[in-house]
Amino acid sequence: MGAATVAAGSSLRRYAAGRLLQAVPLVLGVIVVNFLLIAMAPGDPVKTLLGEYPAPPEYVMQLRREFGLDQPVLVRLALYVRNVVTGNLGYSFAYRLPVATLVAERLGKTFVLMATALTLAAVIGVTLGVAAARRHGAGLNVVSTGVSLAGYSIPDFWLAQLLVLLFAVALGWLPAQGIRSVRQDYTGLAAILDLTRHLILPAVALSFRYMALIARLTRASMLEAMSQDFILAARARGVPERLVLLQHGLRNAALPVVTVIGYNFAFVLAGSALVETVFGWPGVGRLLYDAILQRDTPVLLGVLMMVSVTVVVVNLLVDLVYALLDPRVRY
Amino acid sequence: MDASGDFWRRFRRSRTGLAGLGLVIALVLVALAAPVIAPRDPQTTSMTTLSPPGTPGFPLGTDNLGRDVLSGVLWGTRVSLTVGVCAAATAIVLGVLIGAVAGFYGGWVDAVLGRVTELFQVIPRFVLALLVVALFGGGLWKLVLVIGVLSWPQAARVVRGQFLALRGAAYVDAARILGLHHARIILSEILPNALAPVVVIASLDVAGAILLEASLGFFGLGDPNRISWGMMLNNAQAHLRQAWWMSVFPGLAISLAVLGFNLTGDGLNDAANPRLDA
Repeated sequence: MGAATVAAGSSLRRYAAGRLLQAVPLVLGVIVVNFLLIAMAPGDPVKTLLGEYPAPPEYVMQLRREFGLDQPVLVRLALYVRNVVTGNLGYSFAYRLPVATLVAERLGKTFVLMATALTLAAVIGVTLGVAAARRHGAGLNVVSTGVSLAGYSIPDFWLAQLLVLLFAVALGWLPAQGIRSVRQDYTGLAAILDLTRHLILPAVALSFRYMALIARLTRASMLEAMSQDFILAARARGVPERLVLLQHGLRNAALPVVTVIGYNFAFVLAGSALVETVFGWPGVGRLLYDAILQRDTPVLLGVLMMVSVTVVVVNLLVDLVYALLDPRVRY
Repeated sequence: MDASGDFWRRFRRSRTGLAGLGLVIALVLVALAAPVIAPRDPQTTSMTTLSPPGTPGFPLGTDNLGRDVLSGVLWGTRVSLTVGVCAAATAIVLGVLIGAVAGFYGGWVDAVLGRVTELFQVIPRFVLALLVVALFGGGLWKLVLVIGVLSWPQAARVVRGQFLALRGAAYVDAARILGLHHARIILSEILPNALAPVVVIASLDVAGAILLEASLGFFGLGDPNRISWGMMLNNAQAHLRQAWWMSVFPGLAISLAVLGFNLTGDGLNDAANPRLDA
């Protein structure tokens, strides 16, 4: 405790505030990209804002007014920004729900899948990476290289289909579709178990790529950490090897894991959209798929907007966690 | 000449790189020879629907409309490679231009372009591509354009870094003193020395573009007039319980293509950074 800690605290706060300010133009940029898409899309912008689902004429009039569709382009942009900032992302006639409500509800289910997959990826990936770094012999190296190459190259939605073919169709161990059993109404613990059974396959399919990535990074940063002087010093003091590995090595490996998860968030979301389609998981990906089939453009626009803003926020959080974990990061 | 000879010698030492290059060459040959080696037209339907691999005349089986899966996989190589290579080329040209200008001029130009790059990295490429294709329509060349325009940030970042490092070099100063035009300094003085990492990114970009094209196809947004691997997987989804072969073979093809370009990229990377041997 002392002056140093206080100074570090206030510089972290300053860093956080600065970083937060940087996020504002990004969010505005996202809104402008959406606006440009609507403005440039062929045909009547009302069609773009409405989709091809039949809507009452009063609503068409209301849209023209809300978005100032007969006004000059700058006025339209200002109105659009105001609408988005106040949470007005339009209305989906296919679902008879405001887009913001619809997307928020689906995002929740997507996050359940993503969080499970990323936890799985982190736990297995770090374990594999540490094991590979520890016996850094040929055999395990070949395996870990193979896994990481496969992780990079196999599309997650195809892996999802393979898992369905093997574990649902051929073996019949796990459900192939949905988030819960339709035939039975479970409550309490049984409901959680039921959800878990439905979660396993999509989560594994989604996690594979990131597991491979995390394993590779963990191995590299463990090897680097383990060659440092403080590890040698710990060993010289007679600290048991297991403790050296876990306490000194692993702490240094935590950073790449945070980085992978954070900066790949946009990709995990996209992967989730594809995997959800295979498993009929009622998240934002499934919503996108249906919106394309039904030409429900307000939903597509709403998803793009909310997902992009989520990525901005997550990147911000990752940078802050990074700054907390690694005292060298200061701007 | 000498530098590129060195590069090739180092690349040849990378076994993974060579394996990747072999895969890529094989794919190119398949794409070129598709009309000759495919047993039948991939779009032609037949009465033999959903029959398993090994059915006489259909080595990899047929789909729900009786189309030959093997012919679809072979012809699909064309779409994947065309979109992959052309989209990556678009992304590289854009990325090199933007990165070069940002790195060469620095200051506010760099700051503005940096923000734009960041914006493109924040918006999920897949979702934006979905929306663009849904609003503006699919078609092979539109896919190329969309994927290319959404894939430049990585190349831009790398080239910007190279230019920042090289713009103070003695030979650049010399060119400035000689009064050479900025465009000439950028293109013929600095760029050739900044290209090695770009070659690596290009290879990885092809892999990424193939994956993105397949993902769009899987969402039903491919070119409706051509058979592509992603669309075959989309079609397979509805018949997973009856016809595993409709999913397994196109998926394998995507994985091999992506693997080929990734491995080539790894090999190129080893050759470009000889000191970073793992």
